[in-house]
Amino acid sequence: MLLIHCPHCGEGREEEEFSYSGEAHIVRPLAPQDLNDREWGDYLFFRKNPRGIHHEMWYHAVGCRRYFYATRDTLSYEILETYIVGEKPQVTSAGSGQ
Amino acid sequence: MKRYSGFSLFKNALSYHENWQKIWRSPKPQTDYDVIVVGGGGHGLATAYYLAKVHGITNVAVIEKGYLGGGNTARNTTIIRSNYLWDEAAQLYDLSLKLWEGLSQELNYNVMFSQRGVLNLGHNLQDMRDIERRVNANRLNGIDGEVVTPERIKQIAPLINISRECRYPILGASWQPRGGTARHDAVAWGYARGADALGVDLIQETEVTGIRRKNGAVAGVETTQGFIGADKVACVTAGNSGVVAAMAGLRLPVESRPLQALVSEPVKPCLDTVVMSNAVHGYISQSNKGDLVIGAGVDGYNGYGQRGSFHVIEHTLQAICELFPAFSRVRMNRQWGGVVDTCPDACPIISKTSVDGLYFNCGWGTGGFKATPGSGYVFADTVANDHPHPLAAAFTIDRFNTGALIDEHGAAGVAH
Repeated sequence: MLLIHCPHCGEGREEEEFSYSGEAHIVRPLAPQDLNDREWGDYLFFRKNPRGIHHEMWYHAVGCRRYFYATRDTLSYEILETYIVGEKPQVTSAGSGQ
Repeated sequence: MKRYSGFSLFKNALSYHENWQKIWRSPKPQTDYDVIVVGGGGHGLATAYYLAKVHGITNVAVIEKGYLGGGNTARNTTIIRSNYLWDEAAQLYDLSLKLWEGLSQELNYNVMFSQRGVLNLGHNLQDMRDIERRVNANRLNGIDGEVVTPERIKQIAPLINISRECRYPILGASWQPRGGTARHDAVAWGYARGADALGVDLIQETEVTGIRRKNGAVAGVETTQGFIGADKVACVTAGNSGVVAAMAGLRLPVESRPLQALVSEPVKPCLDTVVMSNAVHGYISQSNKGDLVIGAGVDGYNGYGQRGSFHVIEHTLQAICELFPAFSRVRMNRQWGGVVDTCPDACPIISKTSVDGLYFNCGWGTGGFKATPGSGYVFADTVANDHPHPLAAAFTIDRFNTGALIDEHGAAGVAH
């Protein structure tokens, strides 16, 4: 059971209150109609899926119902930071390519 | 390789079973190979076996970072079935089921394949409509299956609760009598022994740390034992596929998630079939040893930790206790997690890549064990001919760009 600190609520809550929305910082193409199939498929489906530092999006589904970002180690499951959408992560890994 | 038989068992009994031949060699890696298979789980070993057996390519190495069959092959709930909805998936999984049916004889190794049947329960009207549709699709594909009533379910699994009074009453099920279970370790060991006898080098405790390329094609792999050259590299690394793909500068449409399972203390025979329910989310069978083998759900987030969240198994056990009230007093013995590589359409990737000579077989997600023989068979063909096997053609990585997805979320055992 993860204990996740919601940056909006300002407190750590149990994992069951949250839902996961996958890799963070994926920017939706501004003009999807101009993309070819390869670019659109890459945007929709292809992911970094790193073993180690991962920036990801969470949703505080039964709390404040707002999205935020977290930096988590996918091997130890330790949550290194949570931050508000629009902010930059403080913890990064060269290996994750971010 | 000495064949196993009743006679060999008798002969070795006379020397107190101290003189059995080693089941496979432990060779030092050569400097190069025709094909390197990365990953020594069931699918990787099956790939190596069929490369040697069907295609005559024996200058092959299987490189495994731990021990053979120590990853998801040893962590699943051993359920085998082929009742998938879409033609492409149904034919692939049914090829696998047909190979299972002759596997012990083929490998001269008892994989303990037991066709005890698989029930997939429905708990509401939409479940039952989906089951009707899936069973009809299966029958059109020549796959056995029938829709059964709660009374028939009670005959098949007498301990089940078919009362209409519970929160999620059982309204019916699909029943595939040819489905069942097998012994997970034996499959890996049987393929390993068969591949080794045909000349494949099984190299354990050696981790692939990089994929070397030359002029856009694969040249070999960097390992903890140094560089090993190869014309072709076939990656069968399940949950770690994204990590291996990154070594070649590729991304995959795959996310690695922890999936849990657990077993109870051994109890007397009480369940001689496999019962699965997508709606309440639990699946259960009884091993030959007597333990109840229970599969839980996949965690909601990416993870490589080979463990999962407690609330997930709690949820599954609530479902199991509602289906089988008698099991509420059974104590659970062990719990573990495996890292499964989930694809957006719940179907695998068996494919060439944009790098010449580099192949991937991954994305089996929560249901790869049942496919072990078929996966190895079609992947070996794809690698040997550098062209997709007819049954693998629909499972190329390109489908995520063309949009030709094969949506098997309904027939996959675990929601993700």
